[in-house]
Amino acid sequence: MQDANNNFYEEILIAGFGGQGILLAGKLLAQAAMKTGHEVTCMPSYGAEVRGGTANCMLVMSNQPIASPMVVSCNSLIAMNKASLDKFAPCIKSAGLLIMNSSLIDEMPKLDKSIEILAVPADEIAVELGNQKVANMVVLGAYLQRRGVISPDAAAACMEDVIAKHHHRTVPINTQAIHKGAEFART
Amino acid sequence: MKTVFKRTPSLKDTQTHYCPGCGHGLAHRLLAEAIDELGIHDRTIGIAPVGCAVLAYDYLDVDMIEVAHGRAPAVATGMKRTNPDKIIFSYQGDGDLAAIGTAEIIHAAHRAEQITVIFINNAVFGMTGGQMAPTTLLGQVTTTTPQGRQSNGQGFPLQISELLAILPGAIYVERCSVYNPAQISNTKKAIKHAFELQMNGAKGLSLVEVLSPCPTYWHMSPARSMEWIEKEMTKVFPLGKLKDIA
Amino acid sequence: MCGNEALSEAAIIAGLDAYFGYPITPQNEITAYMSRRMPEQGKVFVQSESELAAINMVFGASATGKRSMTTSSSPGISLMQEGISYLAGAELPAVVVNVMRGGPGLGNISPSQGDYFQATRGGGHGDYKTIVIAPSSVQELADSMSRAFDLADIYRMTVLILADGILGQMMEPVVLDKKPKPPLPAKDWALTGAKQRPQNIVRSLWLKDGALEKLNYKLQEKYRQVQKNETRCEQYMVDDADIVIVAYGIVARIAISAVNKARQEGIKAGLIRPITLWPFPTEQIDKASEELRIFLVVEMSCGQMVDDVKLAIAGKSPVVFHGRPGGGVPSVDEILEKIRQLTVRNSV
Repeated sequence: MQDANNNFYEEILIAGFGGQGILLAGKLLAQAAMKTGHEVTCMPSYGAEVRGGTANCMLVMSNQPIASPMVVSCNSLIAMNKASLDKFAPCIKSAGLLIMNSSLIDEMPKLDKSIEILAVPADEIAVELGNQKVANMVVLGAYLQRRGVISPDAAAACMEDVIAKHHHRTVPINTQAIHKGAEFART
Repeated sequence: MKTVFKRTPSLKDTQTHYCPGCGHGLAHRLLAEAIDELGIHDRTIGIAPVGCAVLAYDYLDVDMIEVAHGRAPAVATGMKRTNPDKIIFSYQGDGDLAAIGTAEIIHAAHRAEQITVIFINNAVFGMTGGQMAPTTLLGQVTTTTPQGRQSNGQGFPLQISELLAILPGAIYVERCSVYNPAQISNTKKAIKHAFELQMNGAKGLSLVEVLSPCPTYWHMSPARSMEWIEKEMTKVFPLGKLKDIA
Repeated sequence: MCGNEALSEAAIIAGLDAYFGYPITPQNEITAYMSRRMPEQGKVFVQSESELAAINMVFGASATGKRSMTTSSSPGISLMQEGISYLAGAELPAVVVNVMRGGPGLGNISPSQGDYFQATRGGGHGDYKTIVIAPSSVQELADSMSRAFDLADIYRMTVLILADGILGQMMEPVVLDKKPKPPLPAKDWALTGAKQRPQNIVRSLWLKDGALEKLNYKLQEKYRQVQKNETRCEQYMVDDADIVIVAYGIVARIAISAVNKARQEGIKAGLIRPITLWPFPTEQIDKASEELRIFLVVEMSCGQMVDDVKLAIAGKSPVVFHGRPGGGVPSVDEILEKIRQLTVRNSV
């Protein structure tokens, strides 16, 4: 993702099933990227599939203007369930990063050796925090920690921008989840 | 010499293109008189339909627009919502309002648009050559019902005013006619009442249906046409106030 | 902000008086946004009973001199064609946004460019045109709105913003331009009530001998002015290019990535991106074809704009087409591969 001239171009896919908060995770990452001075595009899957079907979000972050917002192969994949992992694992570039929700994925995928795999029991961590729904923030926290482009703190600071006002009571638990995920990735 | 009758200013001094005995001329005059008597000429915008009255702006001397077939209530919505101080009326025939524009009139009423609709029902498509309208009577011969309208296959006369009157957003619906002087003067009263509701900011749509003669496509003399309205049309389309919240 | 929200806010900043719309994916964010923001501004929002009604509500508001718009996606835009033709005949300004989806029929909700012909040829009945602007980023989508309203008022015609599902849905940082614009000529033709002036009439029916012919010549003269003054296109690395991609909207953005990659491989690729699809940048493309180079037209359709490119080039250079219809999106690598093939073949 980083070349000799210090230019970086990070393509990310976040995928799962509808209801797992894929879009919210993508929006938060995009907002944080924008607030920290990066170029960013964020393209969610949309329409009927947002309820119960598969959901995914393509992000591109760079320090250069971004041409195509479409992600076909990615530097990082965040897979929230088995189906998304099976579908998108082949898209990970060599030396890429896979963050997978091991609560819902019970076997390790067979990938190119150069790809780093981080299995995060996101649902378990989220349940411990008191709400399974924040599993999306757990994996995002793990991603941020491991990738190091944007700090978990910077992302947490954008939480109020992306969560609808009438859900603002969930800001603290979502923030905690980011930090828990980051903590998991550190250890 | 004493002047007992003169042309009201909102009616233009021009030659008519309507057929002898047609009801549109009468309706135009009543409308223009109502506008002048209420003193709303300066703030009235009228909408002409597709049909014989498409050229209504050649007779009515207020700001006017001509719109696609049946869409007048939608156009009126756009006008009134952005200009609540203006008096907006649409003038529509039975093909325009009761056939192609059914969705627009029902939804304008259903949204309680504060507009006035003058609905001319002559039971036939005039401009296109006398075809069946939704309001054509059973047994009535038209270009497209050469054997007379049969309910089986061609449907029943559509009583659109009755349909509209059940909507909460329609606040005044009256069916009038022009077959005799008493009815003519009642029609003008109804039009004025509808405008007054709009002027007072009453929250809903007002509609005046006018049973109007089409001697040409009824294949009758003008005098016989007036009789036919009184004797036949009013049986299917009874006159009177269907609704008035005022 | 996603594209749909950005264009909505930009329209409000541009002085939108009334928004009329009917829900359809992938542009539902616009109706939702407007339903909240327009009343906040003391402006009009109406959810219509159909797209047919929506465009006619625009017709009504516009006739009284107000700035109004409607938005939809392909199937809804088809329904609006009647109204757009009447707007052209009556010479009323209007702004319409089409967030295109796959067709024909109900198609799907994926992004598409299948409505190019409909957009650039008028779309409804009669001899008329609409100005068609095709932005390629969320920022440009937002920037297009105030220009669209100005053009609509200046030329008294419909301006169509041609976006697609990707542009509508994708999120990018946007800076909204709030600079006040110079005032435009007064709308003395508007229906405001005939107070101390003769009656104004807005009409598209002209029955007298020769009257409609006259109107049409007048419209054509206006369209010539638009062609002369308002054609826009972007050129990227065209000067020394051996192969020039022609693409618009989101596809142009994907194509720029392909051009950059091709350049890294030593292939001299460039891009021409029509920003206005009507008027089409015929001259610019014609000029670029004076030197013999390959033109590769890429579209999310089975080939529509390619016809205009061929007309512009008139046989002077070869024109090749690559397209993905029905919701398919061409990838950077797919376009790059096409560039490689064409340039290899050319150098042999």
